[in-house]
Amino acid sequence: MSLEHFISEAISPWMKKEGPDSDIVLSSRIRLARNLENYNFPDFASREESETVIRKLHEANGDQEYGNWGKFEILSLDQLKPLAKRVLVEKHLISPHLAEQSKYGAVMLNADESVSIMINEEDHLRIQCLFAGFQLKEALKLAGELDDWLEEKVDYAFDEERGYLTSCPTNVGTGLRASVMMHLPALVLTKQISRIIPAINQLGLVVRGIYGEGTEAQGNVFQISNQITLGKSEEDIVEDLRGVVLQLIQQERAARNNLQQGLKIQLEDRIFRSYGVLANSRIIQSKEAAQCLSDVRLGIDLGVIQGISRSILNELMILTQPGFLQQYANEMLNPDERDILRATLIRERVELEEA
Amino acid sequence: MFCQECHERPATLHFTKIVNGQKTEFHICEHCAKEKGEFLPGSNTFSIHQLLSGLLYGDPAISGTASPGLSQQSVLACPKCGMTYQQFAKIGRFGCSHCYEVFDSKLDPILKRVHGGNTKHEGKIPKRIGSGLQEKRELESLKKSMQQYILNEEFEKAAETRDKIRLLEKQKHQEKGE
Repeated sequence: MSLEHFISEAISPWMKKEGPDSDIVLSSRIRLARNLENYNFPDFASREESETVIRKLHEANGDQEYGNWGKFEILSLDQLKPLAKRVLVEKHLISPHLAEQSKYGAVMLNADESVSIMINEEDHLRIQCLFAGFQLKEALKLAGELDDWLEEKVDYAFDEERGYLTSCPTNVGTGLRASVMMHLPALVLTKQISRIIPAINQLGLVVRGIYGEGTEAQGNVFQISNQITLGKSEEDIVEDLRGVVLQLIQQERAARNNLQQGLKIQLEDRIFRSYGVLANSRIIQSKEAAQCLSDVRLGIDLGVIQGISRSILNELMILTQPGFLQQYANEMLNPDERDILRATLIRERVELEEA
Repeated sequence: MFCQECHERPATLHFTKIVNGQKTEFHICEHCAKEKGEFLPGSNTFSIHQLLSGLLYGDPAISGTASPGLSQQSVLACPKCGMTYQQFAKIGRFGCSHCYEVFDSKLDPILKRVHGGNTKHEGKIPKRIGSGLQEKRELESLKKSMQQYILNEEFEKAAETRDKIRLLEKQKHQEKGE
């Protein structure tokens, strides 16, 4: 296993497994923020302190008892090229913050890329578990096990009153951020989403685009996560999010049904047009690609398009981002060149399915 | 459309910022975006820390101490990392875990604001360094419910709870005795 392996494949092995409710929930993620006692938080730490933190993690990793997650590879961010970093961001294995701002950042990845532990990000440790489909509880369980494993080896900054201490007061307490990535084309198409998002916000949950804070939703993919980390147990936080996601799944399914009954031919027209664009275009921008991929994926879910695997959306969404395209071309590309390569890749991928 | 920064290359990135209801549109090229540090998706965002520090500055208790004319006596600083309360209020981030203790008296209103009125951790306790805490918490909650039973004159339940407390305390002593 090497860096090559992490950046050459668009699809992380965990994504290939089909999870529950995967027609709507693309993935579930749990993140735990943890800090080590006695060292300043990464953004205020000296080089020596930061290196000590990384060394401690190397030592912890040297121990050969692994749980359900397998062996870790530790990558130092300063040894990665900008393109490689970008690819890891596009796969959601590291955060933009770690890639861009962390001075002594590193990341621990397991073989199927379902676990990523960022070191010296905003906090000393960010334990992240990714699962396909709607599996928040499973992800929380695994994150908890990893947390216990690490706690055996390093001293956490923990306070009886305030819980796990974090660099930013918005993460203190449980340090838990639970999130799901949802594909909600029917709620967008029927304009219900603009009513739903404010309602979700009132419940202490946040709705964002796929790259986290402040990003716009592309291809009708939304990330929903908890905001409050203090004063609630981990189980309650996950349960509250689960409750809302379950309702969203129902609403999206109902909206899909209504569309299919009331606007069948219009919907099919839209789906097949998008399919035509993906199968035939020679130049395509990422925004258009994302929208067409969303339509085609809806077509697959509704059985309108047959013989194409569902994972095409997840795969092409990642593969057609600037970092991956350049990784694939093995050179830096300008936006026009990228749009051409993107169109080519999508065409080839669709043809592969048809064959 | 040309990039509004360099006016040379075509604008390929288009985004809209809405700050306090004021809408600003940006049309820039990849090159200028990169220079502005927008090379990575999602990185050029109004950060939570900026928002938080805005909230903290709005706090009259803090803006009072922030005025330059005030004497130095009220400067609260963390002895470990050197972070002052003013700095913390400005950037919205702690410098080290020790800061929590140093700024403790001022944290409740901030935490309430960010965490829906909560100030106290109710979640997981680390197994190794927190051993003992779990039992302590259980004892506390049992004692609380016993008081409640007594107030409600539900003496049978109160007695049951008392027995549970005794059992737990006995176990604790035995563990210590070993």
